[in-house]
Amino acid sequence: MTRRVAIVGVGYSDFRPATPDVAFHEMMFEAAVKAYEDAGVNPRKDIDSFIACSEDYWEGFSIFDEFVPDQLGAVLKPVCTISADGMYGVINAYLQIRTGAFDIVAVEAHSKASDIVNMWHVMAFAFDPIINRPLKMHPYVIAGLEMMKFLKDSGNTEEHCAMVVAKNKKNAMKTPYASYGSIISPEDVLTSETLFHPLKKLDASEFVDGAVVIVLAAEEVARKLTDTPIWIKGVGWCTDTPWLEFRDWSRAVYAEMAAEMAYKMARIHEPAKQIDFAEIDDKFSYKELQHMEALRLCRKGEAGLLVEEGVTERDGDLPVNPSGGFLGVGNPLEAGGLVKILEAVLQLRGEAGKRQVPKAEVAVTQIWRGVPTTSGAVVVLGRE
Amino acid sequence: MSEKIKEYPGHPLSEQDISTGKVLTTKWRPKARYMYAAGVAISKFLEELKNGRIVGRKCRKCGRILVPPRMYCEWCFRPTDEWVYVKDTGRVVTAVISYIAADRARLEKPEIIAVIELDGASPGMGILHKLGEVDPEDVKNMKVFGMRVKAVWKPPEEREGSITDILYFRPLKEGEE
Ligand SMILES: [Zn+2]
Repeated sequence: MTRRVAIVGVGYSDFRPATPDVAFHEMMFEAAVKAYEDAGVNPRKDIDSFIACSEDYWEGFSIFDEFVPDQLGAVLKPVCTISADGMYGVINAYLQIRTGAFDIVAVEAHSKASDIVNMWHVMAFAFDPIINRPLKMHPYVIAGLEMMKFLKDSGNTEEHCAMVVAKNKKNAMKTPYASYGSIISPEDVLTSETLFHPLKKLDASEFVDGAVVIVLAAEEVARKLTDTPIWIKGVGWCTDTPWLEFRDWSRAVYAEMAAEMAYKMARIHEPAKQIDFAEIDDKFSYKELQHMEALRLCRKGEAGLLVEEGVTERDGDLPVNPSGGFLGVGNPLEAGGLVKILEAVLQLRGEAGKRQVPKAEVAVTQIWRGVPTTSGAVVVLGRE
Repeated sequence: MSEKIKEYPGHPLSEQDISTGKVLTTKWRPKARYMYAAGVAISKFLEELKNGRIVGRKCRKCGRILVPPRMYCEWCFRPTDEWVYVKDTGRVVTAVISYIAADRARLEKPEIIAVIELDGASPGMGILHKLGEVDPEDVKNMKVFGMRVKAVWKPPEEREGSITDILYFRPLKEGEE
């Protein structure tokens, strides 16, 4: 089957660290209106299927699925929820269109992190109740454990991680939807409060509220809707074992496998050469380095070196997170993958304004579901 | 048990096995706490309940008056246009006699819960609330369908901007509008 699928519309609400003035559904409506306007579609007539991505514990609702149709224009239409990051939603929309049953599909994900009073307790609920929870660990202990082992095995350093933070926060200064842009030095990161050695306060992204909607269409429809369809060239997703006791703590194997799946589909044999820029998961600074290596954007152990040499800067040979990543934009929970895709689409269209990367033909986007998971997805996008 | 299996090996766990620590137990109380942002529409709705009024939003395109209010029309997929006050009277769409409390305890006095279409709102729209001063027999014999009812409000000084600022809905009296 050869039916190609493109992204034809993107929209996002005002991203802010706290949004006490609007309800989640009002935020979703704003993102949806913008995405449908961008795509030139009427959801009541044109969109065949809707996918919302959410996790009940983030929302504070049981069966949150029920609360999504109205504000997406999806009442009495095929709607489903995927309890995962928005990138999984895009992959499912892609597959729905590939079946031939649907021509236009919309995907939504959002964060209302500021509604969650006991964030750490909600996160700790993801630990095994019998053998892990009794130890009463903060969930970021998992990040500290992984950072330790990754740095030891790969040879990357805490200084390299600090450089990632400084780069991403600087990039975010030019991103209109970024909340955590700033000009800081790697030294500032290294001297920030140590939370879970070697993880320091500034190595971890902060949470942010916001909604993103993305519209996908089959090739023949996409060409009618837009002059700049952004093609989905390859998709992959993967989950490693949940066991903290015997997972691979040094490599992001889930990302390696998801990337291999996506690269194979996209006919990417030499990612470092064939990919122009990357929007990858940096919920923690070391994750950007670990994911660069997992996605073969560099050789094992060389990610830090690339950062040090400026290769991953916005004007470098291989820009990584020109949006500012989660360290600069904020961590929008299940909307993370859609933020990555949103930025890639704007860059590939040449609509990224002051933060436009010099060469933007092919991009890789990647997401990790955060601690304590070993789940992630990869989507390769391109202009051709 | 089936014809072939008459008994399982081992012995069943007793209350005592657990209380005396013969069985490993682990306790975890979920402290999942949220501060739900009510949003533009519902904030106004609650604010007006405090004032003893019920407010909806009108969509000029389809003409519907949405209660509870929403900032967008789900049918037309466009923003709604204006605030519209509706009456605190209406008619019962459906009702139930609840003999059981939220925690599954048997209620001493059963409660009647109803969906009420409010006067001034579009058909099928209104409020989910309790009925008072209604004979449960009128629910059982289905007289409750279409029953005309009116809100019984808390005294103004006790209202706090909550759905419970209305105590319940009671039947409209003879000659009452
Ligand atoms: Zn309407």
